[in-house]
Amino acid sequence: MADDLLGVERSGWIKVHPLVVRITHWINVLAVLIMLASGWQIYNASPLFDFTFPPALTLGGWLAGALQWHFAAMWLFVLNGIVYVAYGLASGHFRRKLLPLSPRAVLHDIGDAFRGRLAHDDLSKYNAAQRAAYAALIVALLVLVASGLAIWKPVQLYWLASVMGDYEGARLVHFFAMAAVVLIVLVHVLMVILVPRTFPTMFTGRARRVS
Amino acid sequence: MNKSFLVHRTPQVKRLERRLFLGRSLSLGALALLSGCNLTDDAAVQRVLTAMSRWNDGAQDWLFDPKRLAPEFPESRITQPFPFNGYYAEDEVIEVDGGRYRLELSGLIRDRKPWTLAELYALPQVSQVTRLICVEGWSAIGKWSGVRFSEFLQRIGADLTAKYVGFKCADKYHTSIDMATALHPQTQLSFRFADALLPAKYGFPMKLRIPTKLGFKNPKHIAAIFVTNTYPGGYWEDQGYNWHSGS
Repeated sequence: MADDLLGVERSGWIKVHPLVVRITHWINVLAVLIMLASGWQIYNASPLFDFTFPPALTLGGWLAGALQWHFAAMWLFVLNGIVYVAYGLASGHFRRKLLPLSPRAVLHDIGDAFRGRLAHDDLSKYNAAQRAAYAALIVALLVLVASGLAIWKPVQLYWLASVMGDYEGARLVHFFAMAAVVLIVLVHVLMVILVPRTFPTMFTGRARRVS
Repeated sequence: MNKSFLVHRTPQVKRLERRLFLGRSLSLGALALLSGCNLTDDAAVQRVLTAMSRWNDGAQDWLFDPKRLAPEFPESRITQPFPFNGYYAEDEVIEVDGGRYRLELSGLIRDRKPWTLAELYALPQVSQVTRLICVEGWSAIGKWSGVRFSEFLQRIGADLTAKYVGFKCADKYHTSIDMATALHPQTQLSFRFADALLPAKYGFPMKLRIPTKLGFKNPKHIAAIFVTNTYPGGYWEDQGYNWHSGS
């Protein structure tokens, strides 16, 4: 659990992901999948744009069922998110793993990624493109929660809805934050497929050192 | 599985395999959720979802501030044309005979005499321009006029400590709300829409306008009102929509 074991262990294994991060990551996968699939069903009841989501990708069967899933899974998603963010802030995990974030380094590493030259030698350290993507994902999920609360409670949380352009504005914010999350997750999954040895580290927490 | 492989299955490798298996099971479980439309109909799943919906009723009751007002808008923001919505099509809207109409009262109410429309119109009238939010997601701003529901409940001697106020409608619709919302200053027994007599499609002779609840909690064509401590449910609520559905 301690995040201070980043150094090389005697065995040649390096610590990549703390236990709290691994557990919250997989709970989050489950919660976000439920929120997305049920959210798409809810969207289909009154589409904001000129398209609907394919029923095969939705959850709940109809609007009432989708709402039940959405408002049940939100507790799992938010409580799990609170544990993750509290741990990330208190332990210094965010500071160590996600900082510094310089636009130039991010662009440089994205360029390297497209040329297939991005280094993944030390899996315990994120490159600048990863740091930017993970930080953006955390921000997008926070915006999703805030806009979701504004849609759910536009009267009780009027102050929250008003900064997003009232109820209808919050619906748009909620949609685009969802789109950002989907985009980042797709790139994330693609990168795991391209660098498959990162995958087991999200279960075991460690990787063999590349010398 | 040959022997040399088994030799290499150290406890560490075994632990790794177990974790990989757990992880994959988790992903498979998530996939099953996504593809399973029938999952929601499973009795055990439905019990959990219903229990969570009841829990959310409590959470919303706790979040509800009886003094917090829904935003009001200038009349220039009124949605034109204001959408029709109901559990039937617009051409199936019922026509209520205003002359013969009597509002029936029952339950925990001291004075249960029926009310004529003329008597109701004589009560002090107020107006509001508020946003109606449908459970489907869309919203529309309209202007409603009528009597404050709290004023009406006090006049008929309703038990204001009771839990629920229920509504039976002339179009066979029914719903119920919590007493705290019934007493909210913007909850209105509305007789007029856009400064004209409430048209049939918006609920003649009266609807309960609640800007702190979703549209389906705003019953139209109200025929009877009752006060009770027994959970009355509702047309959509009984089919799975969240009962509190507060904004």
